Amino acid sequence: MAYLTEKFGPAGGFHPFAGAGEAVAAARVPAIKARAAAPRAKPSRRGASFGTFVYGLPLLGLFFLTWEIAPRLGWLNRIFFPPLSEVLVAWWELLASGVLVEHVGISLQRAAIGFALGVVVAIPLGLLMGRYSLFEKVSDLLVQTLRNTSQFALLPVFILLLGIGEESKVAITFYSSVFFLLVNTISGVKSVDPLLIKAARSMGTSDFDLFRKIILPASIPSIVAGARLGVKSSLFAVIGAEMLAAKSGLGFLIQNSQLMMETADMYAGILTLTVIGLVVNYLLVWFERWATAWKGQSESSLI
Amino acid sequence: MDRIVVNDIKKTFQLKPGQFVTVDGEATDRVTVLDGVYLAIRKGEFITLVGPSGSGKSVLLDIIGGLTQATSGGVQLDGRRISKPDPKTGYVFQQYALFPWRTALANIEYAQEVRGVAKSERTATARHLLSLFGLAGFEDRFPNQLSGGMQQRVAIARALASNPEVLLMDEPFAALDQQTRELLQGELLRIWGEIKTTVIFVTHSIDEAIFLADRVVVMTARPGTVKEIIDIDLPRPREGDIRASDAFNNHRARVWDVLRDEVNKAQKDWTLSPAFSH
Repeated sequence: MAYLTEKFGPAGGFHPFAGAGEAVAAARVPAIKARAAAPRAKPSRRGASFGTFVYGLPLLGLFFLTWEIAPRLGWLNRIFFPPLSEVLVAWWELLASGVLVEHVGISLQRAAIGFALGVVVAIPLGLLMGRYSLFEKVSDLLVQTLRNTSQFALLPVFILLLGIGEESKVAITFYSSVFFLLVNTISGVKSVDPLLIKAARSMGTSDFDLFRKIILPASIPSIVAGARLGVKSSLFAVIGAEMLAAKSGLGFLIQNSQLMMETADMYAGILTLTVIGLVVNYLLVWFERWATAWKGQSESSLI
Repeated sequence: MDRIVVNDIKKTFQLKPGQFVTVDGEATDRVTVLDGVYLAIRKGEFITLVGPSGSGKSVLLDIIGGLTQATSGGVQLDGRRISKPDPKTGYVFQQYALFPWRTALANIEYAQEVRGVAKSERTATARHLLSLFGLAGFEDRFPNQLSGGMQQRVAIARALASNPEVLLMDEPFAALDQQTRELLQGELLRIWGEIKTTVIFVTHSIDEAIFLADRVVVMTARPGTVKEIIDIDLPRPREGDIRASDAFNNHRARVWDVLRDEVNKAQKDWTLSPAFSH
């Protein structure tokens, strides 16, 4: 991520499929790198991204075209794999009847609540863990243990503890995002330039203000990078949880349509999920760029 | 009247467990950087500190600024003992240390912001300082949209925002090119002439030390003490061409004469410096 941009320059531009990389590497953003840099010419980001987008279109078009004609020509079983046009019709019917909106709404709500809880827990905790090494030494092993336990393996536990209702879904989305946020917050805090802390202290900054006005803003690029990973993870986790144990939500819609052999509905659900993923990623990229505007053009990675 | 009194400051750094350095042929995990520094600085005086690398100039500045505690001895500012950063003291760093997420204006406001000064008042102060440094129109630029010289101007403005009675400057112009450096020296003298704050300025450059100072304090090689204090009686206001005058050359020869032995001593000590500097 960040190190790639350093090496290869801001070549990426906006890319609709950006952000799939799971590395936490973006956490290692050297916040103050550009300190001594003179103003430089802005690279033409829009031009580059439009080019990337256009180049990608033919292959995507071919994929959709194959989807349309393969079932019609009998290359694929039409019952399991209806043509794209039928899927789009089914999608339109689901949308018109309000069923789709309802399911999408409940899924997004679950993911959003879990993610918001993750933010509320992880950022204060991460600030403390990053700043006070004893705190981190004590808690690191537990965090690593929890972080490496699959959230889906824990779904039965959440259901036992919290019941089959909303609480267990929120729990799994929380669990899916909190560690991305926590690890990136810690890493952001640790990479704060000590000179900035010294400068702040020389101006009589209190401990509380040091967190609020120096450490937190300096860690924002890393935290936002963690948030991008966390949001995706929450979104995917809620779909999985709804497939396993739910009576509503997009995951339930997909799973239930498959059971009922309403395959066009199933694909409509999957496509909806893809579109949501793209839109959410776009919003997060936009948010990341907005939140780190001070770093200058060449620093904000979109890969 | 003495504004700052530095009384028998000693500073010993304890290295991290497992780290050792060789001092005078013996392995040790303790390094003495300052070994009894005495200094009395008058109100409104411009003092420059020169000395070889590792002579503890920056550490001394940190102690005067209340950012580091001395191992023994003490610093008094207007008769009060310094133990933490004092609101009357401003600090300027070599690497500017501007907050990159804040605009130039917001950086300058910071010093007053953390002291609870009202928004309108601190904005007015910050705008005034920016124009004083010829940076009107750059209020909304982020630090990485400014050149090095502009960043250091903003950093000095930030240090002046709380109207300090003492300005501590740690090699503030060392990272700048020669032209910008001389330009900023002139600007600093001009502004100092207006506000008459007490300045302690650390530098590696003998020319810079002489051009700016009322008195040049020459430090010894590690462990640092004050070797000699040289009065610079060049008339003020000083212009750049003063550097070519005979009087200036005499001062230059004099400072270098005092400094030469210490620099030679420090050369033998060079393996040490990374272990305890900063």
